This record gives sequence, C-alpha cells and structure tokens, in this order.
Amino acid sequence: MIQLFAFYLFATVVIASAAMVIFARNPVHSVMWLILAFFNAAGLMLLAGAEFIAMLLVIVYVGAVAVLFLFVVMMLDIDFAELRAGFVRYLPLGALVAIILAAELVFAVGAWSAGGVDLAARAAPAVTDKSNIQQIGELLYTRYIFLFEAAGIVLLVAMIGAIVLTHRQRGGVRTQNISKQNQRRPQDATRLVDPGVGQGMEL
Amino acid sequence: MISVGHYLAVSAVLFTLGVLGIFINRKNIIVILMAIELILLAVNINLVAFSAALNDLVGQVFSMFVLTVAAGEAAIGLAILVIYFRGRGTIAVDDANRMKG
Repeated sequence: MIQLFAFYLFATVVIASAAMVIFARNPVHSVMWLILAFFNAAGLMLLAGAEFIAMLLVIVYVGAVAVLFLFVVMMLDIDFAELRAGFVRYLPLGALVAIILAAELVFAVGAWSAGGVDLAARAAPAVTDKSNIQQIGELLYTRYIFLFEAAGIVLLVAMIGAIVLTHRQRGGVRTQNISKQNQRRPQDATRLVDPGVGQGMEL
Repeated sequence: MISVGHYLAVSAVLFTLGVLGIFINRKNIIVILMAIELILLAVNINLVAFSAALNDLVGQVFSMFVLTVAAGEAAIGLAILVIYFRGRGTIAVDDANRMKG
C-alpha cells in the first residue's frame, strides 16, 4: 500500500515540477524545479529497485548539472522578458506536436502491453542474493568495461572542450612571471651608495 | 500494484513535456537545455523500469551511459552558450545564423 502511495507521490511531483520547468518565467526558478524533478525521479528509480542509479541521479544531476545551470543562469546578464516574447506564438504548434507525441507514446505502451514483440533472452539476469550496486559493478567492470572507458573518454572530451571554449586570454592583467622573478639578481635590483655628509642623495 | 505500465506513463508524460518545452521556449536556450535534460531523464526512467520489469541489469548499466552523455552535453552546451553570449550580448537563439547554415 505504501509503495502505491510513494509511487503516485513521486510521479505527481516529478510531472508537476517538469511542467514548472518549462513554464516558469524565471530560469533560476526553472533550475530549482529541475532539481525537484530529479530528486523525485530518483525516488521513482529507488522504488523500482535501482538504488545505484537513483544515487547517481542525485549526485550527478543535482550536484553537478543543476549547479552548472545555476552558475550560467546567474553569470550571464540576460533580459529574460525579451526572451519570452514568442511564448504564446509558439504555444499552438508546440501543443500540437506534444499531443501527437503523447498519443504515439500511449499507442506504443498499449501495443506493448497487448503482447508486444518477443525479445531475446535476458542479457544479464539480476539475482537476489547480491546488492544492486555489487551486481552493476560486476557487470560494468567485466562485460561493459570498454563501454565504461568510452564513457570516461566522452567525459574527458567534454571537459577539455568546455575549458577550451570558455578560456580567454585577457590583456592588461599583471600576472606573476616566475622565470622573470628567478632571473632577478641582487646586483640588478640594489646598489650601494656612499653619500657625502649634508649632500643628500639622488634616487 | 505498480506495474511497468505506470512507469512508462510517467516517462511518456515527462518526454512530452520536454518536447513541448523545446517548442514553446524557442528563444531561451537555457530552458531548451533543461528540456533536453528532462527528455533524457524520461529515457532513464524508461530504461530503469524495463530493467526492473525484465529482471535484467543491462538497462541500468545503459542508464549510466545516458547519464554520462547528458552531463557532457550540458557542459558543452553551456560552454557554447557562454561564448555565444560573450560575442553577441544575447542568448536569443532563434535568429542565430552566424554560420550561414
């Protein structure tokens, strides 16, 4: 009974906050609703028994992606009112596409539950005497090791790409030049003078 | 009892909301990127639901790869957005035609 309640709670909140993401006036609010949607989707996945993916969703999406969005939204000085100008104009077309898509998805689910296509045998059946994380780890580091490393390369390329794209050389900045500092000798920098009494000295 | 059909319904609604978000926020690329994240989240829910229903872990493994690609895509997309904003002073993307495509 409580599973039923939890499922409907998570499902309702995830859909409501997803709607708020796309309808909110302020993109900062959109990011906040996105975080709520991710948390509740993690709850849905937890209910389905995918604990590892649920935790990963919280860590990666909420901890990294949503914070990245927040940084960019708050860093750029954008006139958001001007950006919403075409909102009403695009609404009919968008609603039409969304309705068609939803009808297709409902049709696909109906066809699938009416019998569907007989798929091949299970690739990696889950067993009950091990935890979800242990099973995923055993699968990920054996059969899918090359795919796992490819995912790592994708992340590396994304990181280098983001740095290269946003890096800029700014002129007129007094940065520290360590080799110049090390080349400086005492005889270049200081001099000993012997001024006469009462004559003062020139600098 | 909760069946896989319930999960499919939730993810179908999420996917549709994501596509609708891309259409109605044509100018605001930040919200477009967030809508893409919603679409990928719907895909992830689908993968996990089928993984649980078919008692097969491969769905969860692939869900991780989808997550990886989503994170990389967000990083690159936002980096492009930042340099676009630096050059143009606006992020209205519906008249982005510098590459004359």
